[in-house]
Amino acid sequence: MSLPPAPVKPHVVALLGNPNTGKTTLFNALSGLNHRVGNYPGVTVESRKGYTTCDGIPFEIVDLPGTYSLSPRSPDEMVAVDVILGQQPGESRPEVLVCIVDASNLERNLYLTSQALELGVPVVLALNMIDVAQSQGVRIDVEKLSQRLGIPVVAIQANKRKGLDELRRVIAQAVTAAPPSRTPNFPEPFRREVAALRSHLGELPEFLAQRLILDIGGYTEQRLKPRLNGIALQDIRGRLAAEGCAIPAIEARTRYLWIREALTGCVERPTERPLSWTDRLDKLLTHRVYGSLVFMVVMFVVFQSIFTAARPLMDLINSGKDAVGGWVAGLLPPGPFTSLLVEGVIDGVGAVVVFLPQILILFTFIAILEDCGYMARAAFLMDRLMSRAGLSGKSFIPLLSSMACAVPGIMSTRVIEDRRDRLATILVAPLMSCSARLPVYILLIGAFLTTNRPFWVPGLVMFAMYSLGLILAPLVAWALKRTLLRGETPVFVLEMPTYKWPSLRVVARRVFDSGWMFLYRAGSIILASMVLVWVLLNFPAGDYPQRVAAAQQAVEEAEDDTAKEAAEEEVFQLEAEWKRQSILGRVGLILEPVVRPLGWDWKIGVAALASFPAREVVVGTLGILYKKGKVDPGEIADADQEQLEKNPLVLALRDAKWDEDPTRPVYSIPTALSLMVFFALCCQCASTLAVMRRETGSWGWPLFAFVYMTLLAYLAALLVYQVGSLFFG
Amino acid sequence: MSVITLNDLLPGQCGRILALRGELRTVQRLMEMGLLEDETVELITVAPLGDPLEIRLRDYRLSLRREDAAGIEVQLLP
Repeated sequence: MSLPPAPVKPHVVALLGNPNTGKTTLFNALSGLNHRVGNYPGVTVESRKGYTTCDGIPFEIVDLPGTYSLSPRSPDEMVAVDVILGQQPGESRPEVLVCIVDASNLERNLYLTSQALELGVPVVLALNMIDVAQSQGVRIDVEKLSQRLGIPVVAIQANKRKGLDELRRVIAQAVTAAPPSRTPNFPEPFRREVAALRSHLGELPEFLAQRLILDIGGYTEQRLKPRLNGIALQDIRGRLAAEGCAIPAIEARTRYLWIREALTGCVERPTERPLSWTDRLDKLLTHRVYGSLVFMVVMFVVFQSIFTAARPLMDLINSGKDAVGGWVAGLLPPGPFTSLLVEGVIDGVGAVVVFLPQILILFTFIAILEDCGYMARAAFLMDRLMSRAGLSGKSFIPLLSSMACAVPGIMSTRVIEDRRDRLATILVAPLMSCSARLPVYILLIGAFLTTNRPFWVPGLVMFAMYSLGLILAPLVAWALKRTLLRGETPVFVLEMPTYKWPSLRVVARRVFDSGWMFLYRAGSIILASMVLVWVLLNFPAGDYPQRVAAAQQAVEEAEDDTAKEAAEEEVFQLEAEWKRQSILGRVGLILEPVVRPLGWDWKIGVAALASFPAREVVVGTLGILYKKGKVDPGEIADADQEQLEKNPLVLALRDAKWDEDPTRPVYSIPTALSLMVFFALCCQCASTLAVMRRETGSWGWPLFAFVYMTLLAYLAALLVYQVGSLFFG
Repeated sequence: MSVITLNDLLPGQCGRILALRGELRTVQRLMEMGLLEDETVELITVAPLGDPLEIRLRDYRLSLRREDAAGIEVQLLP
């Protein structure tokens, strides 16, 4: 028997490029489906690695975050520099750096490339969207450009997968090549200061020494502060300014001058810029009136689709889940194991999968809007509005989407580059009133605020509930940006890319990735929380399972309707008792003094606790505690007032009396309002917390969101009940 | 003649950048995006709510806020 060949350690190649250059498209085209996504430790930056072969040699491709420059201002921006310099713990240093640039916008794209040339790694330039450049009349002499820059240059069309074989070949050759020798010529005084700084500090890559001088208050300075040992960077900068090298301007001046010289004679542009499609479209799409109208229509279509088009699919998933649950329950003998499987695991899996339609629909829209270039226009139109909350236009779509569901909303915050803006958006997204709150609102409004009230009351209350999130989310974001997420506001610069047809491949890939990411990275956490709450609500079980089973037997064997009804009541009675003596039930009883000031009794308290996995669970739990069996929240959400009037849970809620004073109803108007307000503001949604954990890379932020939202919800509910009691007595 | 800034241009007007003023980190970022002395910029349009601005420079379009544009001194080109 021969030994299998020892696994060859793949060469590492890193992809670097500006946003909107098709970097991710190239990454996907090179790696196919063979990739892994993770997080770099301690930062919110995603690490994407793919695998491919170039000329038969195995390669690992690292997709670095899209950026306009390598002058890190934060730990997040430092990741790319650390990876390329081989200083990122656990990552091997790339042997080749592929810089992907937009051929129709070479000057600005080459700024980043000019920095990449100084990192001591062989560089390959991928000239993407060469077709767009040609259609604009831009002619590029690839060979000459390669000579001028001193690196291999390959023209490609990543979205049509053209030029990739050539690129692979060049990458494979570059492994053994020497680092680039031609770099921008910084003035002599600057080079002298960099050399002096390096000899003082020892063991410091030249690039970082440059950054120390150039980035005033930048992250390189912050990180290397302990090593500076009294070297005053201000003195260096002062000396340079005196010699005509003003910091930081010297860098951009030197690089852009170098780029312009390199491009002279390589790139021919038409003397008269022709009116492009982008010009014509932008006249309409960023127009004061028409642009706003188109924007509103687009947003309405997106929002409406998440709400309505997802509905039939969600219903299908729910009924599928019930069918599987019923089938399993029929197959196995009744007992704790069967209930765990049906009510814990199968319901839990259903609760995860049910989010997929909304996620897939939202991401189809986002992928299309982003790929065609409209996303930047949306951010442009909304920026003024969002800037009042300390955010930027890029936060608008995530927050709007959160009104359907915070899970896809939070996932879509990845378009926000600034870490603080992104965290603030993630943290307030669950305050927007999502569709899972609807069953709670409808149940309580239908039960207490519709019959015998002026016709406008239900609508007004519903409007008030939605407004609560719309008002509080910006306020909380504003407060967060001034406290916990305080820091220098980065300059808002937003590139408005050229419009193009969205590529089916790019859109499909994006949608698939988002769905998979959710199932794979958040699914297990959601499932675990469902099972945990199920256990807490069902144990200790005592002899209740047998007694319930016996009572159910009696229901089936009942000879007439009266007997059947009596037997059913027995089942509901037993189930309610069972929950009351469960762990969660006991905790609820102990916690009653805490929820009393909100106008709640222990049953509402237990139902609120049990709704930790998902808000709508509160409806089902109330059903059990009020001895009406399990109530389906979807049914409540779809019911009209007439159906609600006959709903057993609605009737039971109206009838409910305090344990110690059986003449006083539990649900007064203030109690109903306080419960609604609590659910409008709390974070009882394991999926949201799981996705937050995935997107921020730590448990700290979801924990913070849960705590602040629960406190906010409690205080608001307290206020509503106490003030409401003064009016409604 | 008083100095005008990018912020003062009307849609369709072009200007040549004379100087960038303001916080150095802001200036650094704007320069990285290609806003340098002697470059020509055109104000394309203004967002419906009055902010931000959309400009054209170096073969591409960029959006930036008025407060940052106010630090960019320009000479109005005919």
